[in-house]
Amino acid sequence: MELAVRDVRKALAEQLPPLTPNAAAVEADRCLYCYDAPCTHACPTHINIPQFIKKIATRNLRGSAATIFASNLLGATCARVCPVEELCEGACVLGGDHKPISIGRLQRFAMDSAREHRNYPVVKAAPTGKSIAIIGSGPAGLSCAGTLALLGHTVTIFEKYEMPGGLSTYGIIALREPMEVALEEARMIEGLGVKIKAGVEIGKDISPATLQKEFDAMVLGVGLARTPGLGIAGEEVVVDGLEFIEASKVAAAKLSVGRNVIVIGAGNTAVDCATIAKRLGAERVTMVYRRTDREMSCYKHEYDFARKEGIEFHFLSQPARVVLEAGCPAGLECLRVELGAPDASGRPSPTPVKGSEFVLAADQIIKAVGQNKLTLAVLLGLKTTKGFIDVDASFQTNVAGIYAIGDCIRSTGVASTVMAVQDGKLAAAAIHQQIAKRPSPVEVK
Amino acid sequence: MADLRTNFAGIKSPNPFWLASAPPTNSGAQIHKAFEAGWGGAVWKTIGAPVLNVSNRYGAWHHGRQRMLAINNVELISDRPLEVNLREIVEIKRAWPDRAVIVSAMVESKPEVWRDIIHRIEDTGADGIELNYGCPHGMSERGMGAAVGQVPEYCEQITRWVMEAAHIPVIVKLTPNVTNIVLPARAAVAAGANGLSLINTINSIVGVDLDTLELTPSIGGKGGHGGYAGPAVKPIALNMLAALGTDEIVSKSGIPISGMGGIATWEDAAEFLLLGASSLQVCTTVMHYGFRVIEDLCDGLSNWMDEKGFKTIADLTGRSLNRVSEFKNFDLSFRAVARIDAERCIKCDLCYIACNDTAHQCIDLVSPEGKVVEPSAYDVRANGKRAAAETRPRPVVREEDCVGCRLCYNVCPVDQCIEMVELPPRRGAVTWDELSQMQTPVTEDWDAMEAYREKVGIHIH
Repeated sequence: MELAVRDVRKALAEQLPPLTPNAAAVEADRCLYCYDAPCTHACPTHINIPQFIKKIATRNLRGSAATIFASNLLGATCARVCPVEELCEGACVLGGDHKPISIGRLQRFAMDSAREHRNYPVVKAAPTGKSIAIIGSGPAGLSCAGTLALLGHTVTIFEKYEMPGGLSTYGIIALREPMEVALEEARMIEGLGVKIKAGVEIGKDISPATLQKEFDAMVLGVGLARTPGLGIAGEEVVVDGLEFIEASKVAAAKLSVGRNVIVIGAGNTAVDCATIAKRLGAERVTMVYRRTDREMSCYKHEYDFARKEGIEFHFLSQPARVVLEAGCPAGLECLRVELGAPDASGRPSPTPVKGSEFVLAADQIIKAVGQNKLTLAVLLGLKTTKGFIDVDASFQTNVAGIYAIGDCIRSTGVASTVMAVQDGKLAAAAIHQQIAKRPSPVEVK
Repeated sequence: MADLRTNFAGIKSPNPFWLASAPPTNSGAQIHKAFEAGWGGAVWKTIGAPVLNVSNRYGAWHHGRQRMLAINNVELISDRPLEVNLREIVEIKRAWPDRAVIVSAMVESKPEVWRDIIHRIEDTGADGIELNYGCPHGMSERGMGAAVGQVPEYCEQITRWVMEAAHIPVIVKLTPNVTNIVLPARAAVAAGANGLSLINTINSIVGVDLDTLELTPSIGGKGGHGGYAGPAVKPIALNMLAALGTDEIVSKSGIPISGMGGIATWEDAAEFLLLGASSLQVCTTVMHYGFRVIEDLCDGLSNWMDEKGFKTIADLTGRSLNRVSEFKNFDLSFRAVARIDAERCIKCDLCYIACNDTAHQCIDLVSPEGKVVEPSAYDVRANGKRAAAETRPRPVVREEDCVGCRLCYNVCPVDQCIEMVELPPRRGAVTWDELSQMQTPVTEDWDAMEAYREKVGIHIH
């Protein structure tokens, strides 16, 4: 199926239009300006939300953006990708008997204005002479880098991919965050003096030992790797979900989309994959999940969104084999599943029923069942738990001077962009405090 | 169904709502349309001396998204030819015999000029005349309008000239731009006026343009004070209305008062009636939404009257005047405290910050475990709506420290969440007036005051 570039862009264009100045003002005026507001508490980065909204109401957009940046340098991304229903908006005091304030969209309004007028943070601190290496330019790395730069440190980010931004650039469906937003955010961080060395992989292009020697501290914000294997026959024709999203952002027109698509998994990435397939022309998209809608790991609003998109769901089905015809996928053979006692994750354990095989027809199968852990931790000799890097309260690993933030440490609960941003911010504060105690290698006179 | 019919100094109208003398009553066509919508009467836009108007004549004060909480204008009296106005008045009165048609007038301060305009108005068949002693701009610079209303002697003199010539009811419209509204009112009473109306507009500068640094609105780069009206002036109007209603001379004279100044809803209307108005005049809300607002003004007022058992407008007029008093007569032992309904409270904590920053520091934040906590007392790693909701403290009033100032009640965004609860007094009733007569030193000397407080148990921290 071939779609013109223009049509692809349209199909995956940012879903919510920006608020008009008038709509933003109306919404901002509706905010009660709570004291010690619960939205601020619920925000992982604790943006002073009533204050930035009040500033929109008073037409002080420069001040509004500065309020957001003071707590969250990646406000533009967070405004788009945050599960606001679970965070700030979910905590809004107006939610009880009417509609919560559209905090996410107001933040986007303030961030769009900052971008338009280049009202970005500027470094006021004197140079400290300390240098920090950050591995990975995703939300965690950029947040950490920007915060450190604002404190006067010299920061270099090493990024394996060609473009900075991590999942914001490559892994978030464009209709939620266009790539350009993430790239501009990275440019803003560069504007603070941070060097981003893209296309450089640690352990391949540069050794960890070199970094440890050259920098006062090293921060890993490396995220996670690709989707793990399903361990089923015919897996070689199954498309990796993250690669599918990446292709839809980097070269959507070249993305091959089936007519009858199956997405294995039921997380937010799986929903994004299903949405892309549907928007780019698949006639039928089915999400296959071994548990039920009660156990899905995607947010409820994502599930609702998927259903509105016309995506179908096949619950209690365990993929067993890809049915191939002439080397191409023709279907997914599944086993019916029965739910048993809760497993380690607290959810009922799925037990495939022997002899219950059935085949769902499909000409494209995409898997989005979590992410593997990267091997960098092993290379550096870091302690891990189930592949996630262990850190202390100040984000330091078992190796002094090496810190880790973001998805690569998030072994429990839901990992999200905004949590990664907060990690970056807190780690930067911890690093600032700790390396200030050590003598500087550079004599500052 | 309440009877809304009104008889104001002999001027009859099917309901108490008259359009005030202003842009909405500029022409016969407009008033015709207003009467079709249901208005009980109209005070024709002031006719009299020749004038010329300017553009950008209306400014406005907005707050948040709420537009036009007040309007400010430098429009003058009618700029249409006198003959045209007089002819249209004749036509309107002929077409609408049951409605009140009152003509506002303002001319040079000469007896013969006033006599002439009065006769010409009477010839139209109008029901009454309103003397515009209030216009605060333009006309006042020429010795008319507020220039008259601000000097009780002028007010009395001109009213006498008018009363000698007039055969139909004459209403004197007062300017609020005075230090004591009672004085010009008494002057009008002394001159034999048949009715009073108030308030005219208040002197105001509505704002400064932050780009051009000119006043808003800018009239070719200049601006000046204009007349301020609309919802924002209502409390000022109510105070002046009550001042007349409680003045011995004015109230004993028995002359009716037509109330105006910020009436936008039937609730506003009822309040004006309760404080002594016999008819009501409306302008700004009509300039905002059109003549159609009359429907709910009448409907709402009528429904409320039915609910409360008021049968006529006269039943209502002045019913709350006996509640108007002065500080010196208030019972100093009266005691009320704020109480927050935990069920209704949405925990916006606006009461907490208002009380703690600016009032009497008697609201605490109490955690779900029942402990008094500081604001923002959560870990920086805490997040999510559940954490925020489940750990959020709620504001609780420390009643023993609450002075009952009522600030929290006013800032609370939830209806009926904060209640001012009356508590039994802790000491005998006494007013400041009584105190100053019976225990004079207490009201004049701090040491005596301290001793008095100690004796009766008043502790201020």
